[in-house]
Amino acid sequence: MPAEAESSAGTSALDEEMLDEEKRTIVTTESTASPSVPVLEARSVTKRFAGVTALDSIDFQIRAGESIALMGENGAGKSTLIKVLTGVYQPDEGELLLDGAQTTFARPLDAQKSGVSTIYQEVNLVPLMSVAQNIYLGREPRTRLGLIDFRRMYADARALLDEYGIQVDVRRPLRSLALGVQQMVALARAVSIHAGVVIMDEPTSSLEAREVETLFRVIGLLRERGIAIIYVSHRMDEIYRVCDRVTVLRDGRVVHVGGLHELPRVELISLMLGRSVEKVQRGGLTAFRAANESDAPPVLEASDLSRKHQIDAVTLSIRPGEVVGLGGLLGSGRSETLKGLSGVMQLDRGTVKVDGKVVRSGSVPAAIRAGIVMLPEDRKSEGIVPNLSVRDNIVLAALPKLSLAGFSSKRKQDAIVDVFIKRLHIKVSSPDQIVSELSGGNQQKVMIARWLAMSPKVLLLDEPTRGIDVGAKAEVQSLIDELAHEGLAIVLVSSEVEEVVEGSGRVIVLRDGSIETELTGEHVDERSLLAALAGDSSLAEPSPAGHISEDPKDIA
Amino acid sequence: MTQASVTVSMPSRGVVLGILQKYGVYIAIVVLLIYNLFFTPNFFAIDNFRTQFVQVVPVLIVALGMALVIGTEGIDLSVGAVMALAAAMIPLYIGYGLVPAVIIAVLAGCVIGVANGTMVALIGVQPIVATLSLMVAGRGIALLIANEQLKSVTDPGILALGRDSLGGVPYSVIVAVVLVAAVALLVNKTTFGKQLIAIGGSRRAAELSGLPVKRILLLTYVLAAGLAAVAGVIGTARLGASVPSTLGNLIELSAITAVVVGGTPLSGGQVKVIGTVAGALLLQFISATLIKHNVPDAYSQIAQAVIILFAVYIQRGKVFTK
Repeated sequence: MPAEAESSAGTSALDEEMLDEEKRTIVTTESTASPSVPVLEARSVTKRFAGVTALDSIDFQIRAGESIALMGENGAGKSTLIKVLTGVYQPDEGELLLDGAQTTFARPLDAQKSGVSTIYQEVNLVPLMSVAQNIYLGREPRTRLGLIDFRRMYADARALLDEYGIQVDVRRPLRSLALGVQQMVALARAVSIHAGVVIMDEPTSSLEAREVETLFRVIGLLRERGIAIIYVSHRMDEIYRVCDRVTVLRDGRVVHVGGLHELPRVELISLMLGRSVEKVQRGGLTAFRAANESDAPPVLEASDLSRKHQIDAVTLSIRPGEVVGLGGLLGSGRSETLKGLSGVMQLDRGTVKVDGKVVRSGSVPAAIRAGIVMLPEDRKSEGIVPNLSVRDNIVLAALPKLSLAGFSSKRKQDAIVDVFIKRLHIKVSSPDQIVSELSGGNQQKVMIARWLAMSPKVLLLDEPTRGIDVGAKAEVQSLIDELAHEGLAIVLVSSEVEEVVEGSGRVIVLRDGSIETELTGEHVDERSLLAALAGDSSLAEPSPAGHISEDPKDIA
Repeated sequence: MTQASVTVSMPSRGVVLGILQKYGVYIAIVVLLIYNLFFTPNFFAIDNFRTQFVQVVPVLIVALGMALVIGTEGIDLSVGAVMALAAAMIPLYIGYGLVPAVIIAVLAGCVIGVANGTMVALIGVQPIVATLSLMVAGRGIALLIANEQLKSVTDPGILALGRDSLGGVPYSVIVAVVLVAAVALLVNKTTFGKQLIAIGGSRRAAELSGLPVKRILLLTYVLAAGLAAVAGVIGTARLGASVPSTLGNLIELSAITAVVVGGTPLSGGQVKVIGTVAGALLLQFISATLIKHNVPDAYSQIAQAVIILFAVYIQRGKVFTK
C-alpha cells in the first residue's frame, strides 16, 4: 500500500512529540494570511466533571475567515470544548476572549448574542413553524402596532436565503423541507444573527451528497465574508475540503495545532488515536495470545449489508474460532455493522447467514435463535438492567430455557449462574446483589455471562473493555481469547488500536460505512491499520481551502 | 399519622428513609389501626372489618393490574371505563347464567386491554395518551351498550357474589385473595413476570437481550383490563345493578395511589404485590376513619392527595440515600 511508504517519511517529528509526551510544546504553524486578533480565543481552559478532567488547560484560537477542524476520538474533549465556547458550560479555569477582550458566556444566549453560533447535527428549530418564522424566531420584525410584520419577514427571509442560492418557499413549515435544506435554514438563521463564529458539529451526518455540496458552497461564502468556522466531523474527506487548519484533541489536551494541508491523513489519525505510525509494538500491551488459525467452513456469512447513511455493502464471513477485528474511526460504520448482524438495526439490503441458513433481518430474537449475540457498546443503558440482581441479569436472555411451563426454575438458574460467576471470576457478594453496585468490569462480565448462557455461535463485541479498569480489561481480553479457542466466532470492535490488532486474527477496516480493506496475516499490525484508516486518498494532493470541487464523489 | 414514626425513629435520615420505603405503608396501617382502637368506637368489630374488606375489593383488584402496568413503566387510565363496560355486559348476558355472563364481561374488558396494548406496544403511543383515549371512549361504548340506563340485576347467582359469604368470608373477598395470590405468583415465579420487570427496568436492554418486549407489554395491558373487568363484575354484583355511568369513576386514581403507596415506583422495574394490597387497605382505612368521625368526603380526598405526595417523596429519597 503506497500510504505506508509515503507516511513513514513524514513522521519523525511526530514521533519525537509522542516520546516526549509530558513536556511537549505545540508547534503552531502560522497561517499565511492571518489577521492580527483572533475573533474567539480560549486561554488555558480547564473543565472538570466530578473529578474527571475533561479539558486540561486548552488553548484555542480562531481568526476571521479561518476554518478550523476540531478533531479527536470519543472522549477527547471536543464536545466539552464546544460547550465551553458556546456558554453551555463554564470553564473551571482559564478565560475566553472575544475579539481580544476577555468575556464570559453565562449561558448559550450570551454566546449567541456575542456572535458565536452553533449548528448541531440535529436541526434544533421549530418544525411546525414556517421557514421565515424560524429564521426570525425571537426577533421578528414588528409593525407599528407591535404585531409581527409578516410581509417584511417573508421578504427578508427570501432575500437572505437567496444570497446563499437556496430556493425555497419561506412560508412553508420547516418540517416539510428536506433535512439538508433545514440545516441550511439553521445556518442562515445563525449567520443572520451577525455571527462572527459558526460552530458546526457533524453537519453532514444525515445529508445527501447533493445537500453536502450546497452546504460546502455556503461555507465558502461565509468564509469570504470573514466568518470563522469551527468544523467537527469524523469524515476525513470533508475535513480536508472545508478546513485549512486543524486542532487535534486527545484525553482533554491539545496535542496538535497546525495547517491541515501539511499534515498527511495518516499522521492526523495517529495523532487522534495517540499511536505513532512507527511505534509498533506487538505483544505485551494487551492480554491477547497469538491469533487463532482456522480452516473450518465459515459459521457467519454476511453479504451486502446496507442501510442508508450508515453502512454500504458490507460483506464478511467468519469461521469458528476466529476473532475478526472491525477497524475504523468513530462513525465509520463499525458499530452499525454489528447492529445489522445482530438484528438490532433494520437493514435496507443484505443477508446474514449462520451455518448457511438465512437469519431474518431486523429481529433480535431471530438473530439470537440463530446463535448471533451482541455485547452492546453502551453497557449502562443498553446492557444491564440496573435495578435487578446479578442472577436476574445473567439469566435474562436464557429465561425461557430455564423455565418449566412458564414458571422459572430457581434451581436451573442457580446452576447456570454459579457456573458463570466462577468461570468469569465475577466478584459479587451473592448472586442476589444488585448489578448496578458492581464495578464496570464485573458488569461487563455479567453481560458476557448473559450471552454465554445462550450457547452462541457468533459473539459480537462492541467496545468490550471500554470504561473498565486495567485488571478487568486484561481478564476480559483473555476471556475473548479463550472463547475463540473453544470455537466461538468473534467480531471485535474497539477504538483502541492495540486491542484490535492484538486481539484479532484479521482486521476488516471500514471507512464511511463501507469496507476499505482487509488486513490479514502479517499485515495485522498497527502501522497497516493506521494507514488503512487514513485511506489511500490521504496521499493525494489536498484541494486548496475554500475551493469546492464539483465532483460529488469527493464526499462519498 | 405517618409522621409519628419519623419522630420516634433513629437519628440517621438515610436509615429512616430506607425503613419508610420498605415498611412505610405497613407502619402507617398499624398506626392508623392503633388510633382507631382508642378513638373510634365500634371500629374493632368483625362486621366493620368485613365491610372494609368488601369495600376495598374493587380498588384492590384494579390496583393489581395497575401494579403490573406501572412495573413496565406504563400507566393505565382506562380501568374505570373497563369496569363500566363489564357492568354494561352483565344485564345483556345474565340470561345465559352467571358463568357465561361473567366470562363475556371479562372478555369485553380484555378487548379494551388489547386496544391499549396495541397502541402502547406495537404503535408506540405513550401509555398515558393511549389509555386516556380508551378511558373516554370505553365509557362511551359502555353507555351505548347500556342505552345510558341503569339496569337492576336480579339474578340470584350474581347477587350472591356481591352479598353472600363462605364461612363468614364474603365471596368477593375470596375472589380478591385468589387474584392477589395469582398475581404474586405471576410476578415472582414466572418467566413472564421476570421479563415484565426487566422491561420496566430497562426496555432497551430487554430488547437487545431478545425478549419478546411487544408481546409482554400487550399481555400486561390485557391482564390489567381483565382484572379491571372482574372488579366491574364484583362492583355490579354488590350494587345489584349495572350502572355504567358511574361505576369505576376515578378508580384509576385510587388504584395508582395504592400501587405507589405500596412501594412500586412509577419509574417501573419493580412490582410489589403485597405492598399494593397494603396500599389499597391503607386508603380504605383512612376514608373509613374519616367517615366514622363525620369528616366530609372532601377531606378524605385531600388526605389521599397528601399521602400520594408523601409516598412519592419517600421513593424519591431513595436516589439521594444511595
